[in-house]
Amino acid sequence: MAAVSAPAAPRRRPPRDWTGLAFVAPFLLVFGVGVVAPLGYASGLSLFQDQLIGGRSFVGLQNYVDAATDPRFLDGISRVGIFLVVQVPIMIGLALLVALALDSGRVRGMRFMRLGIFMPYAVPSVVAALMWGFIYGDQFGLVGQLNAATGLALPSPLSQSWVLPAIGNVVTWEFVGYNMLILYAALRAVPEELYEAAEIDGAGEIRKAFSVKLPALRPALWVATLFSIIGSFQLFNEPNVLQTLAPGSISTHFTPNMYAYQLAFNANQVTYSAAVAVVLGLITVVVAYTAQRMTARQESR
Amino acid sequence: MSDTATTASAPAGEPAPALGAPEPRQRRLTSRGPRKKRTSLVLQALMVLMVVYTLLPLYWLTVNATKSNGELFRSNGLWLGSEISLWDNIVTTVTYQDGIYLTWLFNTALYSVVGAVGATVICAWGGYALAKFDFPAKRLVRAIVFGAITIPATALAVPTFLLFAELGITNTRLSIIVPALVSPFGLYLMTVFAAASIPDSLLDAAKIDGANAWTTFWRVSFRLMAPGFATVLLFNLVHTWNNYFLPLIMLNDPSLYPLTVGLNQLNNQVTTGANLEPVYNVVLTGSLLAVVPLIASFLFLQRYWQSGLAAGSVKQ
Repeated sequence: MAAVSAPAAPRRRPPRDWTGLAFVAPFLLVFGVGVVAPLGYASGLSLFQDQLIGGRSFVGLQNYVDAATDPRFLDGISRVGIFLVVQVPIMIGLALLVALALDSGRVRGMRFMRLGIFMPYAVPSVVAALMWGFIYGDQFGLVGQLNAATGLALPSPLSQSWVLPAIGNVVTWEFVGYNMLILYAALRAVPEELYEAAEIDGAGEIRKAFSVKLPALRPALWVATLFSIIGSFQLFNEPNVLQTLAPGSISTHFTPNMYAYQLAFNANQVTYSAAVAVVLGLITVVVAYTAQRMTARQESR
Repeated sequence: MSDTATTASAPAGEPAPALGAPEPRQRRLTSRGPRKKRTSLVLQALMVLMVVYTLLPLYWLTVNATKSNGELFRSNGLWLGSEISLWDNIVTTVTYQDGIYLTWLFNTALYSVVGAVGATVICAWGGYALAKFDFPAKRLVRAIVFGAITIPATALAVPTFLLFAELGITNTRLSIIVPALVSPFGLYLMTVFAAASIPDSLLDAAKIDGANAWTTFWRVSFRLMAPGFATVLLFNLVHTWNNYFLPLIMLNDPSLYPLTVGLNQLNNQVTTGANLEPVYNVVLTGSLLAVVPLIASFLFLQRYWQSGLAAGSVKQ
């Protein structure tokens, strides 16, 4: 009987097969506990306020109204705004330059270079910040030793006016190799025929880089930029670690996430910290969505 | 082994171009090989500068982890001191405060291994389901989960803390492990890998042989997905090993800290003078020891993260 029905049956799957759902169920469970529930709870909590008398009461969007005019929150937002406008282009530009150099085939020791530049990605951001923090420092740091040895008076990277670029350097150091590899992988995927066609048309190396490589890289560049922008808004680990070494330069509301962190431990501000966290999450969603729409539009052209 | 890895990273799914990265590379090597290009001095210099930039801090850390506390302040930061105290520093680090460093190392290993292995298995099941099965609400599941790829873990730390505080489960090992089990990007990668590496005909054959879905997964599909599994596992390992914000906000018992939080707290005490002994050598050596396992695994598992990155470059 099986022999008769087997050849005809297998092509069509039954309309309601629950096997797939069973396999994806564990993911949905942890996703619910680890993503949906916290975001849902925080969103709900952000609509309340704690009063000394009367306890927790519903206040609608009051926390969001407060956040929109909170100088500390706005200070953090504008700081990460400046940070991303400067740091992201520098990092992506460097990553692009290095990826193009590697792909040109005109550099020796490629394997070592690729590994060496990627290596910081494996370093925990806490260790990266500690390490750079010590290097920046004047106790046994390189900057202090350089000043002592040469009589120069280089400003301390941990001083108030230099600390943001100093953090930018740590973040660039951590992620330039990661972005380079993403771009390099995309370059490697460009079909050889495109180069050959360009060569027949008489294009030189630089012309090829602009006319063949850059257009082919556009999706990967978008992804790399998008994730870097999101990362900038979430800036926390590096300034939090460096704060110990530079307490005068890095306030507790230096970045929005540091502010949310500080508020979460203040009993009267817990609901407000939820609102700040939700706003930050929303910014991420808006950035991601906008970038995706722009990519889609470019691709359909 | 290497054959399987290449197959898995060059799938037939929609986002094809960059996923096939390893393959075109071979094509190009053969077609371009004979015409050897001249080394460009400008490009070579640029690359050397970049490598110096990325490796110098790691070199600095290694050199300074060989110095005693006094030597740190006396010697040139870019060169060895008059004596090598690396071994002394390691012993001091692991025995400091009754071996608190080893506790942190154990915690990090526990959180990373349980969190990363768990997350990767969960992603493998889910990716298998999304790639190979039709089920109710599949499109909805895809849309929600892949939409969540862009939500960074840092954005979830404060909300997760607030929820867990309400439930009274902060300051527990579970409060670190459970959030580490979620990896939307891992699910995405496993879906791509599963679609590329498991032929439908093989699944049909297993079905005809009477194998149930569970047995088929472990005996047939999982083996074919193994290279993808290794890639996702490596990324999840790095992610949990380096996790800082969540444990910082969630834990206040030092014996539950992972290395990242512990090291930073130690640095806090040393720098602010709260800790009467200025044990900078412990902070430096502890940092170095915390980096070694990850760098080693990256060096040994190069093929896996490179194919994973290739897949990541087209994720949207």
